[in-house]
Amino acid sequence: MEDMDEIVQEFLVESHENLDQLDRDLVELEQQPGSRELLASIFRTIHTIKGTSGFLAFGKLESITHLGENLLARLRDGKMSMTPATTDVLLEMVDTVRALLTAIEHGGTEGDVVVTAVVDKITAVLEGGEVVPVPAVPESGLDKLDQPTDKLDQPEHSRRTVADASIRVDVDLLDTLMRLVGELVLTRNQIVRQTLDQDEVGQDLVRSSQRLNLIATELQEGVMKTRMQPIDHLWSRLPRVVRDLGAQCGKQVRLAMVGQETELDRSLLEAVKDPLTHLVRNAVDHGLESPAARTAAGKPAEGLLTLRAYHEGGQVVVEVCDDGAGIDADKVAAKTLDKGLRTAGQLARTAPSDLLQLIFLPGFSTAAAVTNVSGRGVGMDVVKTNIESIGGTIEVESVVGRGTTCRLRIPLTLAIVPALTVECAGDRYAIPQVSLLELVALDADRAAGGVEDVNGAQVYRLRGSLLPLVHLTEVLGVESDRSDGHVLIAVLQADSKRFGLVIDRVLSTEEIVVKPLSTRLKALGTYSGATILGDGRVALILDVQALTRRALSAESIDRQNAEQTVAGTVVTEPDRVLVAGIGGGRQVAIPLSSVTRLEHIPAASVELVGSREVVQYRGAILPLLRLDRHLGSVSEREGTDLVVVVYSCEGRSVAIVVDEIVDIVEGEAEVRSDIDDLGLLGSAVIRDRITELLDVRAAILAADPNFYTARDEYDEAHGTLQEVR
Amino acid sequence: MSTRLVTFTLARRWYGVDVSAVQEVLRGLPRTRIPLAPPALAGLINLRGQVLTAVDLRAQLGLPPREDGTEPMLVVTHVDGEPVALLVDSIGAVVDVEPEQFEPPPDTLVGPTRELILGAYKLTDHLLLSLDVDKAVAA
Repeated sequence: MEDMDEIVQEFLVESHENLDQLDRDLVELEQQPGSRELLASIFRTIHTIKGTSGFLAFGKLESITHLGENLLARLRDGKMSMTPATTDVLLEMVDTVRALLTAIEHGGTEGDVVVTAVVDKITAVLEGGEVVPVPAVPESGLDKLDQPTDKLDQPEHSRRTVADASIRVDVDLLDTLMRLVGELVLTRNQIVRQTLDQDEVGQDLVRSSQRLNLIATELQEGVMKTRMQPIDHLWSRLPRVVRDLGAQCGKQVRLAMVGQETELDRSLLEAVKDPLTHLVRNAVDHGLESPAARTAAGKPAEGLLTLRAYHEGGQVVVEVCDDGAGIDADKVAAKTLDKGLRTAGQLARTAPSDLLQLIFLPGFSTAAAVTNVSGRGVGMDVVKTNIESIGGTIEVESVVGRGTTCRLRIPLTLAIVPALTVECAGDRYAIPQVSLLELVALDADRAAGGVEDVNGAQVYRLRGSLLPLVHLTEVLGVESDRSDGHVLIAVLQADSKRFGLVIDRVLSTEEIVVKPLSTRLKALGTYSGATILGDGRVALILDVQALTRRALSAESIDRQNAEQTVAGTVVTEPDRVLVAGIGGGRQVAIPLSSVTRLEHIPAASVELVGSREVVQYRGAILPLLRLDRHLGSVSEREGTDLVVVVYSCEGRSVAIVVDEIVDIVEGEAEVRSDIDDLGLLGSAVIRDRITELLDVRAAILAADPNFYTARDEYDEAHGTLQEVR
Repeated sequence: MSTRLVTFTLARRWYGVDVSAVQEVLRGLPRTRIPLAPPALAGLINLRGQVLTAVDLRAQLGLPPREDGTEPMLVVTHVDGEPVALLVDSIGAVVDVEPEQFEPPPDTLVGPTRELILGAYKLTDHLLLSLDVDKAVAA
């Protein structure tokens, strides 16, 4: 029974329901023999069972229902009239059908239920003859059926039958339940927040709120599960699509499916149907090569198309992989150039992995010839739009000659999503976690140096690469109320573009219930919905996709890229220095542009490689330079941690140990002397103190002699280091 | 046949909307402002778990903004099946008016607000302006 085909299961549930209806109808028919309506209803029911049983190859069931149908057709057409004998025969037929269904449910086959007696009776009635009373033959069939069941273990008896174990529920009712659970989750959030906010709350209330929290979460999961359906519902029709398509295109395709049991919300299932079918068609039509071409390329003639589904990070990932020719990124680039979708300059600056994503541009189609399979006006851009409209993402990976993988990431459900709540200009907004990569918090000092400027466009160096910054206040046209210089950046990704959204404050992460907005507000293109926060107030949900498009149009990215190239060759902020103490009252100035990060590391983490000190830092080994020793001073710092200035360039980093970070100073040093000691470029008066200017190059070479071997273009005369790219 | 109107004031004028369109009347709930939205969309409110858009009728009718510190009342009405909260100054009584008291707006009323005013009912001590809610919300 466990391995019983799902179709059979559905058939059984449906038929059991139909039979109950049939019993009622037949009895009612006896009361009002002329009712064509009842006859039509009965006829339909029997017809349905006959059709499905024929399809599922249940021969006995088919033959008996076929006969029943004939009898009913005559009754319906008025060729025969209803007599108690006819009713008896029909009821008997229903009993036999029921017996057959039970047998199928238990054994997966029709078993040895005897149908001949009923068949004879029905035939007799059909032929107008008298019904020969053949007593209790169907019962004997039932007896025989019962025997094997009796032999089975006790639990088998107590197990619910298929019809009892599942129940059909109106989708509207489920939606209502889901909405109510949404309300409950909101109220839960409110209660939990209120208990947290108040100082003097009784322990009982805290406990109750914790329990409420647990129950609401479980209930939410439970109700969500009722709406979940395995993706197999969607996939089950694809083998046919692939087979037909393969035959049409003259290709041999084997379809493999992994993870059919992966479940997702039924509304999403519906939304994914068309895009997925399109991707599969695409893969067969354009992805896989002809058998001849495959053999020539040393691959098996039969192409392999793999559908894979799995859960990952609160999302469902669906992959459509083919082992075909792959997509040539250069051809994609040439095509976009041809069609005027991108300029040569734009393409030159696009990373190879991003070139492939250009196939999602509107107006792009790789099909050399328009076939009747693809090229019907539905392009990859439509697939992308559809997926994004349900909060999903799509990306494509390809290796030329090896195949292509399209990967869809779909949220589990639309109604309740995890989100980050943030504050901006005193208002709260929710950002769906799906788009959020990480958060960066900079205090005033670090913000002053960390947030740089590319000809007016703000950027932040996130692990060495420039992250364009977008101020939410500017997007929304409101005034920030943050004046302490702290900068909070939510690193977001949408449309495979990454940017930093500068916000005033980060509040918390919570599950939010998405409420639709009125059409007028949706038309603003900034908000994807609204939600009710823990304190009962409404917060708008930012539409990250739209925000990305608005703030980071292709043109503006282009501009930023262009400016980046220019800006890289000039000195960025040459006059900002980091002032560090190295003991003995000495201060050293390090050009801030050299500094990647400031860190505290435990002194115990310093290890030795040969005679050199190193630390493990973010999975790499960092050579350590103690600046006090390098410059002939003695550290006065006590404690178990070290203050280090990390400098990175071209993937190499060194850590410079100082006693303390004194300040970050703007403006050129006022007085400069040429006292040129070892390791120094000179000295200057900064904020009324003599400060030595560190020769960073020499210092770094002292820590890592090979640091600059990869960087021939280093400009020695400059004396300061910059990121060249 | 008399018509039953819910009345309210805006800048000391009396306005009325059909009682059947009104769901309920509330005192000010906290509103979440909507950056980038037209000024008449005065924010979002949480009405028992439902998110409603609040429309400031003063802005819609071209009246001066409400003085600071005065808390508006909310009239929740149904427009196209969607509930919308109208911001008004104060709530009056529910009054029955007769067709013979009605007169269309004077020809001297021009501009965008003419569309929103169906006409005036001549009550004994003041005029009651009948508001076209659909248009007032959509405008």
